Amino acid sequence: MAAIVTPQPGAAVGVEPAARSDRLAIETHGLRKQYGEFVAVDALDLAVREGEVFGLLGPNGAGKTTTILMLLGLTEPTAGTASVLGCDPTHDPLKVKRLVGYLPDNVGFYEDLTARENLLFTADLNSIPRAVARPRIDTLLERVGLGDVKDKRAGQFSRGMRQRLGIADVLVKDPRLVILDEPTIGLDPEGTRELLDLIRELSKEHGITVMLSSHLLDQVQRVCDEVGIFVKGQLVAAGPVARLGEQLLAGQPLVVEVQVAPEAHAAAAAALADVPGVESVAEEGGLLLVRSQADLRAEIARRLAPLGLLGLRTRGASLEDIYLRYFREH
Amino acid sequence: MPGLLPVFRKELADHFSSKRFVILFVLVMISGIGAAYVAAQSIRDELRTANATTSVFLLLFTASNGNLPSFVSFIGFLGPLVGLALGFDAINGEQARGTLSRLLAQPIYRDSVINGKFLAGLTTIAVMLVCITLLAMGLGIPLVGRGPGADDLARLVLFLALSVIYVAFWMAAAIFLSIVFRQMATAALAGIALWIVCVFFVGMLAGQAADIVAPVGQNASAAALLRNQEAQLLFARISPTRLYSEATSTVMNPTKNMFGDLVLRSQVQGMVPGTLPIGQSLLLVWPQVAGLVALTCICFAVSYIRFMRQEIRA
Repeated sequence: MAAIVTPQPGAAVGVEPAARSDRLAIETHGLRKQYGEFVAVDALDLAVREGEVFGLLGPNGAGKTTTILMLLGLTEPTAGTASVLGCDPTHDPLKVKRLVGYLPDNVGFYEDLTARENLLFTADLNSIPRAVARPRIDTLLERVGLGDVKDKRAGQFSRGMRQRLGIADVLVKDPRLVILDEPTIGLDPEGTRELLDLIRELSKEHGITVMLSSHLLDQVQRVCDEVGIFVKGQLVAAGPVARLGEQLLAGQPLVVEVQVAPEAHAAAAAALADVPGVESVAEEGGLLLVRSQADLRAEIARRLAPLGLLGLRTRGASLEDIYLRYFREH
Repeated sequence: MPGLLPVFRKELADHFSSKRFVILFVLVMISGIGAAYVAAQSIRDELRTANATTSVFLLLFTASNGNLPSFVSFIGFLGPLVGLALGFDAINGEQARGTLSRLLAQPIYRDSVINGKFLAGLTTIAVMLVCITLLAMGLGIPLVGRGPGADDLARLVLFLALSVIYVAFWMAAAIFLSIVFRQMATAALAGIALWIVCVFFVGMLAGQAADIVAPVGQNASAAALLRNQEAQLLFARISPTRLYSEATSTVMNPTKNMFGDLVLRSQVQGMVPGTLPIGQSLLLVWPQVAGLVALTCICFAVSYIRFMRQEIRA
């Protein structure tokens, strides 16, 4: 959990791109949402710093969307408090919605209106004068790669185009924070890459705080500075990806994957068993898995070098490993 | 109220450019103009026999030759369809297309959405009914050879106001169904079921129900017959279509001064044949008018409350 730091006077967002401020864009304390007997979100303490990309990671139904709706004031929390850019979304939702752009999961547009008309409607709802809105919309549509089709009806758009139009729609109000719910769902790999690049760009070049939810780890790992992992309505871990590993795997034995030539397997296994500190050696898919409490990679490398060591890597460092491991156990 | 005007403008543009609206407009226009034309034809015969007190001009809207219903009954019959078509996908359509959560994430009050939709529908209904009435009038004047008097015009304005409220009731009911049912098709079917019940069945069932509550034998007394008729009217007036048809037929016909088919001789004995002034006609149907307005308000209020409390979760 990120520590709450007193705001620095004069820490302006956007002046220094890519710089992380210590001010919090989103802060919640004991946030809880209950639907009848079902607890969708429980005792959520979340802190997202301004200017960073925060990933809400979790399987479907873990409470990610509910959390987002509470942050926007679209649904009332059963208990607890939230603060978004200094405003309380429950009591002052309009203020929050003026500053926050939200891309809902499975976003839709008015099919009979063109891309530009759809965005103009959003601008109208935000009371942005047309004279300001028109050039801004044209720039945004160019930026998300829809400049050629801006006068086409949104009903003819493909899934990827709609998602990009959604990003433009979110940016029409010139937000300080954008919340994207499952932004890459249903996109092909190329579309996903483009969208993630766009998100990265928003954060780094424009200083916009981004919160995105996903159940896909590799994407979160690619764009997010910090990650919060949700399971069954609870935030089980939060922090930078690297630190998350330590947090979740604390007290667990370390597993090192060793790759050697197939003919040297037996000799290597025997050599590894002799290394002090090794708890077990197992074979899996052509790899030798060495379990230990401490990091023995240096020693292993020294011993196996004469036998023809091909690769060495700790298992459990990538977010995917952390994630899968966590879900296998819970 | 932030957001009301943009929502209103967009909804209005949507209505006027939608195929659904064009189809219904043409349907109502053809039946309305057809009814007025047929009425104009039969008025020529009637002019010879009718007494001087009858307002000939209004017969354009109320007379029928027996084959084709009158203009007024066409509106009573087709108006609900227009109202249902304008409202049955108001909220669930936005949900299905994924636009509702995007809309509500904008800095607008949630009631702006439903109010804007209702007001846009109301405007659409008013424009449509005024247009069709004027068209029928324009066609009728040369055929009848007589223009409307001041009293006729006042009665027409009243008729239009009643019709807008009546169609608005059906739109409010449709909006309610669009909030209750997630599927647009379900909401549309439920609306049509309600329409059929109110237009056809309530009238038929009212007679049956009245016979149970106040049975009449072969040699029933006048008092028993009257009781039966009162019960029947009471049951029939559950249907807003009945309220509308009673209200408009009275407003549009100055000679009409009582409801029901059964009239005792003692009631008409000594009655001076003549017409009611517009204020008196209105007084006669005041309960019906109040009922229609109340039904529309209740329908909209219930939809409003349901919508404000609805969870946005898809």
